[in-house]
This record gives sequence, C-alpha cells and structure tokens, in this order.
Amino acid sequence: MPYDTLLRFAILVPRTMSLSLDQVQRIADLARIELAPGEAEQTRDQLNGIFALIEEMQAVNTAGVAPMAHAQDVAQRLREDRAVETDRHADFQEVAPEVEAGLYLVPRVIE
Amino acid sequence: MINASLKELSAALAAKQLSSVELAGLFLDRIERLNPLLNAFITVDRERSLAMAREADARIARGESGPLTGIPVAHKDIFCAEGWLTSCGSKMLSNFVSPYDATVIERFKAAGTVTLGKTNMDEFAMGSSNETSFYGPVKNPWDTAAVPGGSSGGSAAAVSARLTPAATGTDTGGSIRQPAALCGLTGLKPTYGVVSRWGMIAFASSLDQGGPMAKSAEDCALLLNAMAGFDERDSTSLERPAEDYARDLDKPLAGLRIGLPKEFFAEGLSADVAQAVEAAIAEYRRLGAVAVNISLPNMKLSVPAYYVIAPAEASSNLSRFDGVRYGWRAPQYGDLADMYCKSRAQGFGAEVKRRILIGTYVLSHGYYDAYYLQAQRIRRLIAADFAEAFKSCDLIMGPTSPSVAFGLGAKAGDPVQMYLSDIYTIAINLAGLPGMSIPCGTGARNLPVGLQIIGDYFGEARMLNAAHQYQLATDWHRRAPAL
Repeated sequence: MPYDTLLRFAILVPRTMSLSLDQVQRIADLARIELAPGEAEQTRDQLNGIFALIEEMQAVNTAGVAPMAHAQDVAQRLREDRAVETDRHADFQEVAPEVEAGLYLVPRVIE
Repeated sequence: MINASLKELSAALAAKQLSSVELAGLFLDRIERLNPLLNAFITVDRERSLAMAREADARIARGESGPLTGIPVAHKDIFCAEGWLTSCGSKMLSNFVSPYDATVIERFKAAGTVTLGKTNMDEFAMGSSNETSFYGPVKNPWDTAAVPGGSSGGSAAAVSARLTPAATGTDTGGSIRQPAALCGLTGLKPTYGVVSRWGMIAFASSLDQGGPMAKSAEDCALLLNAMAGFDERDSTSLERPAEDYARDLDKPLAGLRIGLPKEFFAEGLSADVAQAVEAAIAEYRRLGAVAVNISLPNMKLSVPAYYVIAPAEASSNLSRFDGVRYGWRAPQYGDLADMYCKSRAQGFGAEVKRRILIGTYVLSHGYYDAYYLQAQRIRRLIAADFAEAFKSCDLIMGPTSPSVAFGLGAKAGDPVQMYLSDIYTIAINLAGLPGMSIPCGTGARNLPVGLQIIGDYFGEARMLNAAHQYQLATDWHRRAPAL
C-alpha cells in the first residue's frame, strides 16, 4: 500500500481498537511514567492514531510463519566463566544521583 | 581542505602539508562559527579534541599511522565516549558524562581519529526530523527552515555543512539513510551484527545498527573498515573474518543487475524525487548495469510491524532509566514508585514517552501474541520478500525518502505522518539487510534527493562499489550548501 493510502488508512478507517482513558492510565502506571493532569486525553488520541496504523497488520494471515526475532539466526554465544572486568564502581557511581558508602540511595522501601 | 576526501586528508597529513592539530582547528573554527545557526553539535570540547590531535601527530611522526590517523570525526551523541557528555539527545541523560567508551569509539581511537564533538540527534534516536532533541532542533544546511532528517540529523548537518569530514550515525528504521538523503550525503547502515552495539545506547536492539556518514562512498568504506568487526561484548555481533570494504570500489559495473521494486515507485512518491531517482537509474544503465523489475509485496506492512517491534524493545530498553544509577532524578518525590514515575515523566520527552507507552501496551498481558508475535511473523515475510528478490538481482535501488527535506514543524504535531516518512527504509532494518543512501540530484526548492541502495546480507562492498562508480561519473556528492 503506498504512502498516501497508508496515511488515509491511518486517519479515516474506523478504529477497530480504541483505548479508554483508564487504559491509558494503566499503561502509564505499568511504564512508571506519571501523566500530568489533562495529558492522558491527548496521549490517548495520539496512541489511538498510531494503533489505527498498526491494526493493518492484524488482517494478514501468518499461520505457519515462524516469528523472526533477529535478522541472523545465530545461537546465543556463551563466554568463558571468568572475571574480565576491572572494579570501577567508583567511576560508575560518580554519575549516580545519590550515593553513600558505595551504595545507591533510594527512598526507604521497608519500614 | 574542508571539501577534501579522507584519502586526500590522510595524504596531506602524511606529507606534513598540515598537522592533525591544524586540521582539527580548522573544523573547530567552522563549528564555532556555524553551529549557532545549525545546532548540529550538543558538545564541543576544543581542548580534548586538540589533545587527541596532538597524539595523532605524534603517531604520524613515529610512522605508526593508519588510513584514518589524524582525521577528525564527529560522533552521534548515542555513542558513549569516556569523559564526554553522552546525552542521547535527552534531558534524562543531560548530566551523564560517560565513564567508558563504546566499542565504536574505542575502534576509532585505535585508528587514531580525532573526536570533534558529539552531534545532536532525536531523543533516544526516536524521530525522523531531529525535532525531538532536548537540545533543540537541528537545521538543514541547505535550507535552515527545513529539517535535516533524523535521527542522526546532527551528524548529517555537520558533514553537509563541512563542520567535520565524517561522522558516525545509527539506524534503527532509517536514521542514517534518511538524514543522509535530506542533507545530500553518503550514509551506510551495515548488515545487522556487523558493527558492535556495545556502548551504543539501545533503542530497539534487534534493529539498531551503527554506520558511517560522509561525503562519498569511498570515505564511507574507509570509515566502515574502522567501525566494523566482531565484539564479544555484543551478543548479537557476528563472528566473521575482517573485510576490506574498499576492495571492490574500482570494479566496473557491467552486468550488474539492479532490482527496482514496484512498491518503491508507486503512489506516495513525490514527482521530484521520482525524477531524480529515475535519472540515477538511467546513469547506472549507461555504466553497464541492467534494471530488473521486482516486487516486495509485504513492504506495506513494514511501518505497522516496525511500530510494534521498535516501541516494544524501546519500552524494555528504556526501563533502565529510573533515576537510581544514572540520569535524571526528579528533585521532589514521595516513595520509590513516585520517584520512578516523576523522574521518567520529567526526563523523557513526548515522543519517547509515546513509544514507551505503545511498547508497554503491546507487550502487556493478553496482547503479546496479537501484536509483538504477529509483527515478528510479518518481519519474516518481509525478509522472505527480499530473499526472493535477490534471486533475480544483485542490488535493489529506489528512493530513500518520499520527499525532499520538509519544513521545521511541518509534521511535528502528527506522529503517524512522521512515521510514514520512513516508508522506504524501515523494511531493510526489519530484514537486517545493509542499506545506504547517496545523493542523486535535487528536487523541490533545490534540495538534495537520495538514492537508496540495498544489498543482500554482507553486500556492503558491492553496494560501495556501485555507489563509488556512480560518484566517479557524477558530481552530486561534491555539491555543498552555501553557508
């Protein structure tokens, strides 16, 4: 399907799937992204536009087609079990927001 | 000197016509003068660059130089470079000075290149116009009211404006080829697995691939020689013998079979782009190639499949940005969950959040089969189309982008329209094939048009050969914007 037709599809075809505000909020919760008040509606409309584009895929019959995860079908390579990295934790923790005594500090989880 | 090829620069350095320090200084001065207009660089560090240049000069003096020693290169801000701010175009990493080098950076250092700076990009490489960067949009040097393309838009603008002789980019759905086309450059995305992804901030791991952006195919071949190679730290890096990507540059093209997919020339392609691409094919015929009509029937599904797979992988990759070990942490928060939610809400821009949300949804319980698995099945259908096509041709050619560079802001409010600007490039990433873009003419508003050349797996040397022969016969790649 050419570019223009795809575009028409994305804009005009009745949405076979449409997210509700509650669903958008739930996805945002799962993704650990706070939505500002009022942001959910705009996000929903944009996501629905994108899902309308994605929906075209659903009509394709892929029975018997093996999913392709990577371009080259190579086996996972294993390396020898030995330490190769040097200890650079001080360098790595230098870029952390809050560190004390070699530990990353976060709000208390267990009272 | 600013228009010289890498080979010419290397010869000048070897003959002591100029030093690497002088060469770096020349480009740093241009950056200082022109970057305020173009916003192509996020970070420039003159002292650090000159120190590398001094080291290169010492190496040349000792007679230990290679083909790229002393040559300035700019790196997309997605590559971790020790001691350099590595922001990935995001507020999330706007305080991240990398403690280590990506393999690509290590390899360029080993080759003796001089890092000129870190180039602007769409935030986390998500965009086709370079308008999603936390550091502001990049301007196209050919028309500063137009976008340079994305996501490697800073690298493209920098090479195009001759702020650097060469740059690195990354390409997940077209992010090297599309900006190369829109800025009049040569850019190459290698076969998936050829260039190490270690230290290259991940967007969609099964699609991301680094590659060179430069003024010519010959320059790209030399750069790829430095970039490519097996890396045991990247589990998807391919274990293959080293190749000289410049080995076939001078081969004649007689008998080369060029596949023209009918889907690339259908409705949706701007007339000006079609005309330039057809003229390029005619030039290839004059050079002895033969055109073959082919079809990629599932190409139309590449955009929908990509906008499932890429966001799914992005949502997983970007879960590491939680305000604990690095990156932005919200100044005020309640409990741990609130710290995550606020840090991510403040650290990520709108497009990145959109893609994380899409990815989270398609991977969530009950939807995985319908979306992610279905997209991966379609991915195989797309790869099979290419396998079938390569039975009757050696290379595939067509447009890189459906139009020349569009205006800043023209598509910014409409994600779907923006996504469709990668219609001709995305299928190549899904299949894991190598693809490149070379300048082949001008279209509307006298802006550059890119010809896309797609090779079979590991066909980089052949693609570079075809591109180089075209560049010997034409001069589109020599044209530079007036600045």
